[in-house]
Amino acid sequence: MKNLRILRWAPPLLLFVAAFAVGFKAATEHNLDKGYQVGDMAADFSLKNVDGQMVSLSNFKNAKGFLVIFTCNTCPYAQAYEDRIIELDAKYKPQGVPVVAIMPNNPSAKPGDSFAKMKERAAEKGFTFPYLLDKGQQVYPEYGATRTPHVFLLEKKSSGNEVVYIGAIDDNYRDAAQVEERFVENAVDAMLAGNEINPKTTKAIGCGIK
Amino acid sequence: MKKLLLLGSMLVVFAGCLEKKGQKKDDVKNTENELIEPKADKKVEVKFPVYDFDAFEPILHKDDGKTYIVNFWATWCQPCIEEMPHFERVNSERSDNNVEVILVNLDMPNMWKTRLEPYVEKKGIQSQVVILDDPKQNDWIPKVSKEWGGGIPATLIYNTEKRTFYERGFTYEELKEELNKFIN
Repeated sequence: MKNLRILRWAPPLLLFVAAFAVGFKAATEHNLDKGYQVGDMAADFSLKNVDGQMVSLSNFKNAKGFLVIFTCNTCPYAQAYEDRIIELDAKYKPQGVPVVAIMPNNPSAKPGDSFAKMKERAAEKGFTFPYLLDKGQQVYPEYGATRTPHVFLLEKKSSGNEVVYIGAIDDNYRDAAQVEERFVENAVDAMLAGNEINPKTTKAIGCGIK
Repeated sequence: MKKLLLLGSMLVVFAGCLEKKGQKKDDVKNTENELIEPKADKKVEVKFPVYDFDAFEPILHKDDGKTYIVNFWATWCQPCIEEMPHFERVNSERSDNNVEVILVNLDMPNMWKTRLEPYVEKKGIQSQVVILDDPKQNDWIPKVSKEWGGGIPATLIYNTEKRTFYERGFTYEELKEELNKFIN
């Protein structure tokens, strides 16, 4: 009898829980829900680079696309990928797909990610690409970046910059020599060749953006 | 081996003494690193079990009547460290309710000796700690939960009847509230 009563209430209860869960998710993970999906058009931005200049995607007249990478100084995963990001820029900038790195953390929450520290890090590592501060943290929620490093590959089309890949750089953060799948390279190569990108999204552990 | 035991017990005693002193956080860190690094050079095993995802996966599917709180964390993840006391509190308070907390650490191998062990020791963590060390994250993240984007802190609560994944941090009250949905 007790079981039956529970059963009768189960559907409305489930609905209620589901509605609650959806509401809750929307409230706490708005970045995820509002961020770009593959196929969306990415908005341009104007952010300050470590060299003091303002950088926008529209500055790159001859680009065929962009590797917009949310990364930072302090995250161990971001550090593990610094050299690989430099290599991506070296390989793809000449092919028209430059890296544009954005540091999304709030420097007052993460002093190690201050603009001064960003300048230091860029000089130390010899960054060949813009390293921009997301001042006021407006850009990363728009993209839906949730962690560092988090890559958004954009393809420049007549209608705008279309998001064609979102995710990780490759499948082995720990050791570049052990990588089996180069997600980003495969995606850029496919984009430039006019082929279907597969996979279009990948997941990785990263440091939450603060 | 004797030397190791001696070193180990000295470490425990030493850490215990330091803990009582309380606030000198930096001192504790430095001292512990100095003590622990020589051990790491000799390739002494880390204190916690290290799993790849295949070996780890059964922990996500135990069917023994208990409710499991599986928390994914790392010492470099500030919000993870902030919520750690809540998981510890729930683990100690709810052991009678057949509730078990498992802390799944995602530190990188070079941090196991220098950061993870000192942290667990210093805080006197009582919940079970396991290390998940599997770089093929894109393969295993969806096997934990399709909803998971890869951010931490993240927590899975499950028992035989129910399973919920949370890609977020918890306060003690929030954790208690969620847990109550599983054990009533």
